[in-house]
Amino acid sequence: MPGRKKRGQQTVVFENPPTITAWASVVGPKEGAGPWGAEFDVVMDDYIFGEKTWEIAEYKMLRGTIERALEKRNFRPEDAELLLAGDLLNQIVASNFAARDLEIPFLGLYGACSTMSEGLTVGAMLMDGGYFDRIVAAASSHHYTAERQYRFPTEQGVQKSQTAQWTATAAGAVLLESRGSGPYIKAATVGKVIDMGQTDMADMGSAMAGAAVHTIKTHLDDLNLPGNYYDLIVTGDLGKVGSAIASQLFVRDGIVNPNYSDCGVLLYDQSQAVGSGGSGCGCSACMLCGPLLKKMQNGELQKLLLVSTGALMSPIISFQGESIPSIAHAVAIEMY
Amino acid sequence: MVPLYMAFLVGGSLCLIGQIIMDATKANVTPGHILVGYITSGAILSGLGIYQSLVNLGGAGATVPLSGFGHLLVQGTLKAVEQRGLLGAFSGGVEAAAAGITAAIVFGYLVAVVFNPKVKE
Amino acid sequence: MTPDVDSRPFLMNKNRLLWAKYGLQGGKLMQTPDQKLKELDRQEYEELASQIRPKPKWAANLLWAFVVGGLICTLGQWMVNFMVSRGVSLADASSSASCILIFLAAMATGLGYYNQLGQRAGAGSIVPITGFANAIVASALEFKREGYIFGVGARIFSVAGPTLVFGFVVAVLVGLIKVFLTS
Repeated sequence: MPGRKKRGQQTVVFENPPTITAWASVVGPKEGAGPWGAEFDVVMDDYIFGEKTWEIAEYKMLRGTIERALEKRNFRPEDAELLLAGDLLNQIVASNFAARDLEIPFLGLYGACSTMSEGLTVGAMLMDGGYFDRIVAAASSHHYTAERQYRFPTEQGVQKSQTAQWTATAAGAVLLESRGSGPYIKAATVGKVIDMGQTDMADMGSAMAGAAVHTIKTHLDDLNLPGNYYDLIVTGDLGKVGSAIASQLFVRDGIVNPNYSDCGVLLYDQSQAVGSGGSGCGCSACMLCGPLLKKMQNGELQKLLLVSTGALMSPIISFQGESIPSIAHAVAIEMY
Repeated sequence: MVPLYMAFLVGGSLCLIGQIIMDATKANVTPGHILVGYITSGAILSGLGIYQSLVNLGGAGATVPLSGFGHLLVQGTLKAVEQRGLLGAFSGGVEAAAAGITAAIVFGYLVAVVFNPKVKE
Repeated sequence: MTPDVDSRPFLMNKNRLLWAKYGLQGGKLMQTPDQKLKELDRQEYEELASQIRPKPKWAANLLWAFVVGGLICTLGQWMVNFMVSRGVSLADASSSASCILIFLAAMATGLGYYNQLGQRAGAGSIVPITGFANAIVASALEFKREGYIFGVGARIFSVAGPTLVFGFVVAVLVGLIKVFLTS
């Protein structure tokens, strides 16, 4: 017996759709210099944020983003009932430390760069289930903490592959409440881990595109929606390479005329030397909590499908020769 | 003395081979792999007696690339074996390469103490 | 009766059952029809992806690597020639030139220039001994904030370590072969 609110294979539909009542985004200087710089709440002056280390800077950035989202509703951290957050670091330390300071009951998430939609999915379920009334979902990434954990030391002279992506320094936080006047989270599709056998650690787009399209296809099928139902289907961080592959897969899978874009492609300018585009949890988090939700609020977008994509890559198992599995979760956000 | 242009040609060609390897393979071939590959192949070629002729031809063009470091290790070992036999097999390589290894580690440590990683735009 | 003695035959049987269930034979994974389909799907995907993926800029990359690598070696040769003309032995001159190059590369890394050179030059700045120095300094610098012993001190060998290990092993092997042949 499938659940009462379950539709099709992997999708849930919310009876009392949770409302996104406030949101906030904090980004680094490079993201601030991009085309959407003015749409974020705070653009940091540097990457270190006045702290001793980049890891501390990342957690302060995440903490500040959550505080700012709550402030917009005149809430203090203790008013929030649950924090769902994740990041890219080992043991998701940025989120753990932000939760330590905020003292909000905390469930840590790891979904690599898919964390934002994972948090929204879990948060919406818990709210529609009647367990919590105020939930914060947040995610962050920091270029320099991610680089040193996943790739090379900053000063090592390494040629960037053209398929490589730039981990965004950014954080986004969303406040969900059970009452309010839109945007609402109407439905969510929990993704499967899909492995297309890709092994190149400098080409996450190719690794993730399969998972993204699988989730989008499943979502549309489960709810019996046409490809162009959403005003915008936006993937998390496929970058130029991954989103070009995704566009081809849409044709193969019979998804007709999707209004499709990718946060990793949108976040930066052509001239910013970011390779294939942006990546990281913060990439889709800040695009959602900046330009996208603003556009929903002022009526430019009515129906948005956020599909944050995560490459579940670990340098350790990649060195053992394994391929890179990926995941994508879809969250349907609608204004009415 | 080896003319400068020969050093340029031989050194440039050795680097060219490295670039071909990197571009032809996926990005999982890191600089670390390249360095290990060069020191190993330099040492093997040196043991086979081939690398010395490259050094005669290109001078620093063959000794400055990391394959030259492998060559130095092997030549040091071979020389020490002649003088001291079995013990030389274990001591000769590091003796010959001691200056380079020590310089790299000491300068590396000092630079790390003095400087901080720079943010890239 | 210790649990060890008792459970071992049971576990072995259980493992054999598990192997039978998941198509393991002789400890190797057998491909089920489902997996073969997945393989085909992956092949098709890889074909699609490889058409879209941008190709490396071969001509520019090779030229940069050749010229930068060549110039670093030329600088080394110039120093060697200079020292030899002043009466230094070739071996000493060669070692000294290497040390100077290592010092210059370490400084350039600390000042943040070597990384920028490496973006363009690729193997041209990795293969010379300056690349070795850069890898050492970069790893040490990156972990400075974890302290001078297990940060800088330990990480300094993250690239230098494997390189030296392989160099030493091959050198000792060659030496042993020589001992064996001459005795």
